[in-house]
Amino acid sequence: MKQFDYVRPGTIAEAVAAAARPGAVYLAAGTNLLDLMKGGVSRPDRLVDVTHLNGLDGIETLADGGLRIGALVNNADLAHNAEFARSYPAVAEALLSGASAQLRNAATVGGNLLQRTRCAYFYDTASRCNKREPGSGCDARDGENRSHAVLGWSESCIATHPSDFCVPLVALDAVVEIEGSNGRREIALDALHRLPGDTPGRESVLEPGDLIVAVRLPPAARGFAAHARYLKVRERTSYAFALVSAAAALRIENGRIAEARLALGGVAAKPWRARAAEDVLGNVAPTPDAFQEAAWRALEGAKPSGDNAFKIELARRIVVRALLLAAAGTPARIPALPASPFASISGAIHA
Amino acid sequence: MNHSISLTVNGARRDFVLDDPRVTLLDLLRERLHLTGTKKGCDRGQCGACTILVDGKRINSCLALAISHDGADILTIEGVARGDQLHPVQAAFIANDGFQCGFCTPGQIMSAIGMMREGQAGNDPERVRECMSGNLCRCGAYAGIVDAVLEAQAGMDETNQRRSA
Repeated sequence: MKQFDYVRPGTIAEAVAAAARPGAVYLAAGTNLLDLMKGGVSRPDRLVDVTHLNGLDGIETLADGGLRIGALVNNADLAHNAEFARSYPAVAEALLSGASAQLRNAATVGGNLLQRTRCAYFYDTASRCNKREPGSGCDARDGENRSHAVLGWSESCIATHPSDFCVPLVALDAVVEIEGSNGRREIALDALHRLPGDTPGRESVLEPGDLIVAVRLPPAARGFAAHARYLKVRERTSYAFALVSAAAALRIENGRIAEARLALGGVAAKPWRARAAEDVLGNVAPTPDAFQEAAWRALEGAKPSGDNAFKIELARRIVVRALLLAAAGTPARIPALPASPFASISGAIHA
Repeated sequence: MNHSISLTVNGARRDFVLDDPRVTLLDLLRERLHLTGTKKGCDRGQCGACTILVDGKRINSCLALAISHDGADILTIEGVARGDQLHPVQAAFIANDGFQCGFCTPGQIMSAIGMMREGQAGNDPERVRECMSGNLCRCGAYAGIVDAVLEAQAGMDETNQRRSA
């Protein structure tokens, strides 16, 4: 690991000033960053440790019915917060389907949003990677790419965003609060991550020094609690990133869908909100036919980036099944294998 | 630049001067305190052999910078027995053949202790398997590990019942 300077700021303003300098990065739990630094993938000159900053580790219900989650809340504490899991069950299920218990105890909300892709060519410094080294090329294009992107990719990068947490968050219109050199601002989570285009190294819209301080769920996000699921297909039953995942949330009134939310994971460089699919689910009965139609809409424009055409059909089926599970109702308790199609009490219905 | 930190390790306060901020909790325990029960397997947060409790919660010590954990309370495998009396999870691993070569065992036991404190798995084998998925065992002693954890959990439930009776 390359040498670095360690800075522990006392205030958010000090942190932003320290991290705005070239070569500086924020350190939260470090569960992704230290791994990248050990492999020589990330080579920062300076770590700005935000873990000791006050006021960033609270979960707060807002007067308008929204929820504000501090950026330093760890993944496990959030998922196991009973009120949180009741109100946003698909988010809790997504959190518990990610990583391992040890990593969830450490990894933070802010860090989860900004974790890097797990593309093996990004990790292997002997490979060409436009994300790691702009202009060097992309060895994933002709390499082992069955797990790579099928939506929103470019010739320069076919990596996916690995987060589970972000998928239901983006479906529920989460907002990210950012402290930067010019003060506080907020953006939709859907606008945080960038598609690769010609500049895959620029993964988000954040500027140097920008610090995510909180994630907010708007009041309407609670309205889906009775019919919300996260479903994730991976190469092994537990402790693996998604090949494809889907967050489905429905508001059902008098036997018809009043409002639908749908997002996919593992398919693109960002959590993929499927608005065209949501549109066809307005004011219809929650039937397999309607969900099939939604699945086709969700994958419109998808194309293989390598040996991964199977992911497009897989994603359609996961969308249908996630919607069926959501329509069947949120289980009283998160299944033993969270988000797994193999969960013994998933309540799965087959389309 | 040197950085001073203090940690509580297995109940005793320890002060350190770090001349390099790159030191992980794992390396600090093994190289500075010679507490070599905590194992370095992958060193990348994938195998769980380095699992310790920090402020009561299990984490991968290979992915934790010591300098960032100033003031933390740390429990390692060396701190769980009381003298010659094994921790109930240790005893259950022996009784149920929860290991073969033993390299992953300290991490497995610390993870199991952490899991029981989290209180999410209870006596459900499927939940135990899921909650222990961050600990790999290349000998494949998983069946014994799950049995050991379930037995330790049952013993703890019984103790709690006796206490509340």
